[in-house]
Order: sequence, then C-alpha cells, then structure tokens
Amino acid sequence: MREPAPSDRPFALLAVFSGPAALLAATRQVREEGYTSVDALSPFPIDGMTEALGFRDGRIAWWTLFGGVFGAVAGFAMQVYTVWDYPIDIGGRPVVAVPAFLLITFEVSVLCAVFAAVLAMLIYNRLPRLHHPLFGRPEFDLSAVNSFFLVIFANDPKFDLEASRQFLSAMTPVSVEVVGSAEEAE
Amino acid sequence: MSTDQQTAGRIHAITHRVTGAALRYPHPRAWDVCFAGAMALLVLFFVSVAWLFYKGVGVWGNNIPVNWSLAISNYIWFLGVGHAGTLISALLLLVNQGRRNELNRFAETMTLFSVVCAGLYPVLHLGRPWLFYWMAPYPNSMGIWPQFKSPLAWDFFAVLTYLLVSVVFWYIGLLPDLGIMRDRAKKRWQQVLYGIFALGWRGSARHWARWETAYRLSAAIAVALVVSVTAEYSLIFAAGPVPGWNSTIYPPYFLMGAVFSGFAVVSMITAVLRPSLDISDLVTDRHLDLLGKLTLACGLMTAYGYVAEAFTALYSADKFEIQTLADRVSGSHSFSYWGAIVCNFVPLQLLWFRAVRTSPLALFAIGLSVTVGMWLERYMLLATSLYRDYLISSWGGYAPSLWEWLLFAGMLGVFFVPFLLFVRFLPMMSTFEVARRIYNEDDREAHHA
Repeated sequence: MREPAPSDRPFALLAVFSGPAALLAATRQVREEGYTSVDALSPFPIDGMTEALGFRDGRIAWWTLFGGVFGAVAGFAMQVYTVWDYPIDIGGRPVVAVPAFLLITFEVSVLCAVFAAVLAMLIYNRLPRLHHPLFGRPEFDLSAVNSFFLVIFANDPKFDLEASRQFLSAMTPVSVEVVGSAEEAE
Repeated sequence: MSTDQQTAGRIHAITHRVTGAALRYPHPRAWDVCFAGAMALLVLFFVSVAWLFYKGVGVWGNNIPVNWSLAISNYIWFLGVGHAGTLISALLLLVNQGRRNELNRFAETMTLFSVVCAGLYPVLHLGRPWLFYWMAPYPNSMGIWPQFKSPLAWDFFAVLTYLLVSVVFWYIGLLPDLGIMRDRAKKRWQQVLYGIFALGWRGSARHWARWETAYRLSAAIAVALVVSVTAEYSLIFAAGPVPGWNSTIYPPYFLMGAVFSGFAVVSMITAVLRPSLDISDLVTDRHLDLLGKLTLACGLMTAYGYVAEAFTALYSADKFEIQTLADRVSGSHSFSYWGAIVCNFVPLQLLWFRAVRTSPLALFAIGLSVTVGMWLERYMLLATSLYRDYLISSWGGYAPSLWEWLLFAGMLGVFFVPFLLFVRFLPMMSTFEVARRIYNEDDREAHHA
C-alpha cells in the first residue's frame, strides 16, 4: 500500500473512534467494503489489527538473518585477514585458531543482526518522518481519550469524498474529518 | 457507556499518569536533593580521574602481583548489574510475562548506565588511557593488528556490542511512548524535543506490525548476547593459568552471579521508584513478589556456584588450587569471602516468605545486602587469586588506596546523574504495553460474558 503524495488534496478521510474494539470492528468493515488503501492508528498495538488489514511483511526477519550472517562472515574474515597480515606465533599454535575467533564472530554477528532489524523496521516504516498530513488535524492526538483512528487515503480506487464519508459516518465514530494536504495553510 | 469505551478510559487514565509524571514530576523537591547528591559524586568522579591522569595509576594501590584492582572488580560488578535489565526485559517479553511491562523501562535504563560505568573502568585502568583505541582493529602506520586470540580483545568487542545493542533496544522500546509524550506535551520545547526523538511515530498498524517483529527479534538476540558477554568476561579469568580462576565453572557461575546482583538492584530501584513516582497501584505487590522470586532463584543458583567452586578445588588434588581456597577462607582478604557468603545468602532466605517478598522495605534491604555481597564476591575472586600464586617470591599484598575508593564513589555519580534525568523526563513505564495488556484482559472478559 502506498499513501498519496503529501500535496494531494484531499489527502484522506479520518474517522475517530472511542475504543480499540470499535476501531478493530470498523477496520474489518472497511476492508470488507473493498477499500484497500486503509490504515488504522492507535497508541498501542491492537491484537488482530494486522490480520484485519490483511497486512503481512516478512522482510524484517529476512534482513535480520542477513545481518546476522553478514556479521558472522565479516567478523570471522576480519580476524583471519589480520592474523595473516600480522601473524603472532604463540607457542607454535595455529595462526588461524578457529575456537578463539568464534566469540568475536558471534558478537559482530549479533551487532549486525540487531542493527539490520532496527534499520529495516525504520526504513520500511519510512521513519523518521517528522511531518505527516495527519499531524495537521487537531483530532489526531495519540494521548487523547479518543485516540483510535481509521484512515481511508484519497488514492484508494473506491475513494469518493461524499460516499466514503457517509460510509464512515454510518459506523458511528466520534467524528469524521477530511485531512487536507501538508502544504495547506493551517 | 460501552465496555470498549471503559477500556479506552482506563488506558487513557494510566497513560495520562505515567506520561504526566515525566512532564510534571510529582516530587520535584526530593528529586532535586537526590540530583544534587549525584552531581556532587559526578564532580568527585572528574576530580579523581583528573588526578589519576595527572599522576598515573600509581595513585592506586594495585601493583604486581595484584594488578587488577577495584577497577576490574567494579567493571565486572557493574556489567553484572546491567545484565539483569536486559534479561528481565527481553526474557520476560519472550515468555509473555505481562508483569514485565511495568518494570522493563527502568530496568533497561539501569542497564544502559551500568554498562557505561563498566566500560569506563578498563580504560581508566590502562597505564596510558589515551591509547585505548589501540584495541580497535584499524589500519595503522605501525602495521600491526590486535591479538584476537586474547580474551582482552574479545572483551572490547563484547562490551561495545552490548552497549550498542542495549541503547538500540531501549530506544526502540521507548519510541512509541515518545510519540504519546509529543502529543501530550503542552510546552513548546517539550513538543519539539519529544517530537524529534519520536521520529514522527504515529501508531500506524503497519508500523506496529513491523516494530513488533524488530523488537521481538532484538529481544531474542539480546538474551543470547547477555550469555555470551558474561561468558566472555569470565573467560578473561578462566583462560588464565591462575589458581582459583582456571575453571570451567566460570561462565555459568558469572552469569548467575551477574543476574543475581542485577535483580537485587532492580528490586531496590523498584522499591524506591514506586512511592517516588506515585505508581504503587501500577507496580503492585505482585511485581515485588516476582522480583523477590527471581532474586531468590538466581541467588540459590549462585550458591551452587560457590559449592561447585570449592568442590572443584578440593577434588582437583592440586595443591595450588587448595592453597587458594584456604587463602579465601582464612587469608588476609577472607573478610571478602565470608562477607560475600553472609550478605548474599543469609538475608536471602527470608525471600522464601511471601510477606517478605511483598514488603518494599524488606525487599530493598535484602537487595542492598545482595548488592554489597556480590561486590565483595567480585573483589574476592580478584584479590584472593592474585595475591599468592605459584611462587612464594611473587607473593604480595593489596589494599585499595583512597583514590580508588573516591573513583568508585564518583562512578556512582556517573550512574545516578543520567539515571535521575531519565526518571524525571521520560515515561518510566512502557505505557503502550500496559495499555495492550489492559485491552486484552478486558477483551477476554467481554468474550466470557
């Protein structure tokens, strides 16, 4: 799913709900109606919401695995290269001493795996993004009592300002707002 | 009003209080007093480090044969304390222990700053601390590389990795709460600062899904990392041909001792923060009970390590090993051996009783006793093994000098100053995890009904 460009107007429709279960039910309904460019926003992760949106993303796990393998290979190769470049003979023991190298191999692997996981999460989430058209609406407040939001973006093929607004209002949200573009004057 | 709205209301009330405590601290006077004390200790840190750099390590009492002094025993002690923060957060997350969510934030914060304190010690302990970067493998004009077969080189990688992973894990766990703080803040500077660090977090379900994958994977990796880091610094000892160190018991023994001391410190912090942040109804007696049980379990496993260590020495029929055991029990540093046994394991037995586990005062006192006991243990392992080894001609003594004690006191300032700042300005509880638990509980009840 791709959000519309921040300059598109209107950007989206925002429905505010008063509780997590209401948001979950509304999300399922919107999806059943055939909308695809939809997002649900809440101050905490609501179990079942990912499935309700039909969202799946296994890429972060793969990037973590890649980071771990990359780190292990890089960490081990670094030690092998440096002892070949500058061999230190200690009592005639092997120059490439595999057991002694495994600890640093493991540490570098862990470091790369965690950094890969976190960077992949931030990059796929397109964060940091300090401004977003939603932040322009005063209703959008993660610390409010009614902080459960359903968004239908304007680039949805089924999006129609009036029809979609009526459809959202039928689910008895607290309010339905039109989100303008980011470039609009406040 | 529907149950869903009631759930939302309860969640909002708790979020409001936890984030509110960070925006407007409930007891600013008490905080100011603590902060002034911590700042005084920090000044002491800078003074003792300045004197150390000016005069050299000769201002300390360590010399051949005891060349690893308070600096290295404190290093191990601080690292050990830190490990509990990672384990309590990561391990309890992976096993879905719900009561983790009220404890993990300040436990992880404790980890961050104890690792910083730990990391400073080996650098200060160097004769030429300004050359510490020689530990890093970088192409240099000398044409040499670090000695990767040495546990000291392992140490550099293990501690650096542990510090970086702890920072990242802590920050990612804090990110969604910073988003709530940004929206909650009224003052402009607060909105700007929290806003920048929240990275534009807006709670999208897609973001949450990816966040959860990354967070849980990092937690699983962090558990393995803790085990590897303790194993690594225990190998600094176990890999050396020194009686009392050269033993395979060391990696598990160090891990249990580390987590034991860390749970003790988390218990103390919990007992203090509960009234200070007015969160006694959130961090309940059941949390104290959990901490008491964890401390007791780790303490008993550490006790097994003591028994195994003594047994190994006696069973080895190696006269140097037996001599070291005798030195520990009755030598000139025997106070540290008996002190460790008494402080670690005697008050600990009170934790068998639920009434003691759920009493903040008792838990604090036992935590303090264990913290001191584990400090004595780390000291004992260093001093008693080094001061008398194989040759009588190389025997010597060791007593920490005043400057070592002053640096230790100053190091507590390095820990407490940033810790207190975080307690004051960041939500000390994972509000979104608590919210999620409340929702799931209410949801289950609703389905029952």
